[in-house]
Amino acid sequence: MQQIFNFVIRNKTFLLFLLLFSIALALTIQSHSYHRSKFINSANGITGGVYGTVNSVDQYFDLKDENQILAEENRLLREKILNLENKSDSSFIDTSYAKEKYKVFTAEVYKNSYSLSDNYLTINKGEKDGLVEDFGVITSNGIIGIIDNTSNGYATVLSILNRKSRINAKLKSTNHIGSLKWNGKSPEFTQLIDVSKFAPVKVGDTIVTGGQSSIFPQGIGIGTIDSFETDISGDTYNINVKLFNDMTNIGTVYILQNLDAEEIKTLQNSIDE
Amino acid sequence: MNSVIGSNIVRFVILLLLQVVICNNINFFGYINPYIYIIFIFLYPVKEDRLILLLVSFMLGMFVDMFSDSGGVHAAAAVCLAYARPILLKSSFGMLYEHQSIKFTNTEVGSLISYVTFGTVLHHLILFSLEIFNITDILLILKKTLFSSIFTIILSVLIIILFSRNRK
Repeated sequence: MQQIFNFVIRNKTFLLFLLLFSIALALTIQSHSYHRSKFINSANGITGGVYGTVNSVDQYFDLKDENQILAEENRLLREKILNLENKSDSSFIDTSYAKEKYKVFTAEVYKNSYSLSDNYLTINKGEKDGLVEDFGVITSNGIIGIIDNTSNGYATVLSILNRKSRINAKLKSTNHIGSLKWNGKSPEFTQLIDVSKFAPVKVGDTIVTGGQSSIFPQGIGIGTIDSFETDISGDTYNINVKLFNDMTNIGTVYILQNLDAEEIKTLQNSIDE
Repeated sequence: MNSVIGSNIVRFVILLLLQVVICNNINFFGYINPYIYIIFIFLYPVKEDRLILLLVSFMLGMFVDMFSDSGGVHAAAAVCLAYARPILLKSSFGMLYEHQSIKFTNTEVGSLISYVTFGTVLHHLILFSLEIFNITDILLILKKTLFSSIFTIILSVLIIILFSRNRK
């Protein structure tokens, strides 16, 4: 017994080092292998407070750009409204049966990273605004990611620039689907894999969300095809997609809540069983 | 004694804020960021307890991880650097370390640079290996280590020299 105590006291530095290093290593492995990084994340009061203070100064520097983005989006929406009004003149649409499918929130980006191999954003809305995990996050240009962790006032977003991210996507012109992931290299490009070799893939074609998941509605823009090659197996295409969004410059985002998500999930779970 | 603790706490907070607010957003050439928070571990008083240094380094790394959503990579790298510090000190300062009489405010610039260089490369190698966590990307790990190290070393040496001149 005495010897054990002596051993512990003699090697206390090494043992403490080993303990701390294993904790850190466990957290690292946990963050690499599971979808959610549960313990250490930036959705909390301390980090949110610091990033909020910085953001309140920082946002003045790109007010002009933000205004331009908003004006452009307003123009698009106005165009759509005008076209809708013209259409509805000719035929009467009974809207009382139409049900809302998506609820939209806005949020400001407090922290955005794109230079790591697993990137997350922090936004200034959280559980008290009704956000929970697995809501989709987009801008007026295209998709950003999926809500990952939430705290009371803040949430982290698993960016599409994250090697853990998998998003269902398809070619806009046809219905050939694939899965969007990132190889960890350039923040301008992501990769669409598992696209059937029968798909008519052309450089410059648009890629949009596929609507097979309950997170994003169908047809939200992702990017255009920059280059493509057949997989080693020869059965599928691997497509390099140039993103519509400049992921290095994101100010305001929209969060989409699919109001049917619960229903779809229970239905799918009942199939699994 | 109290002023030592006080100045270290101030240094801890300032370096942490500098790191997460400014240095994490530099993204030179798209991916090169300096990690200057390790200056805290470099400048921690030699005479103080090593156990406390290990614990404080772990906390510092954990905070940086929390701000950048990176799991535990900074904590692991910072703890390794803190544990390896005596070896780095011995190889860079030699006799001065044996006599426990290093004052970082007035050491030779040459030994200071070699101390910071070895420490930074060690820290960054562990950091990027754990961050990328894929042995097939070893070239990417080495590339990131090299470029970020150069950035960190230049900034760290400049900061250490500038602020030690003021204190004299």
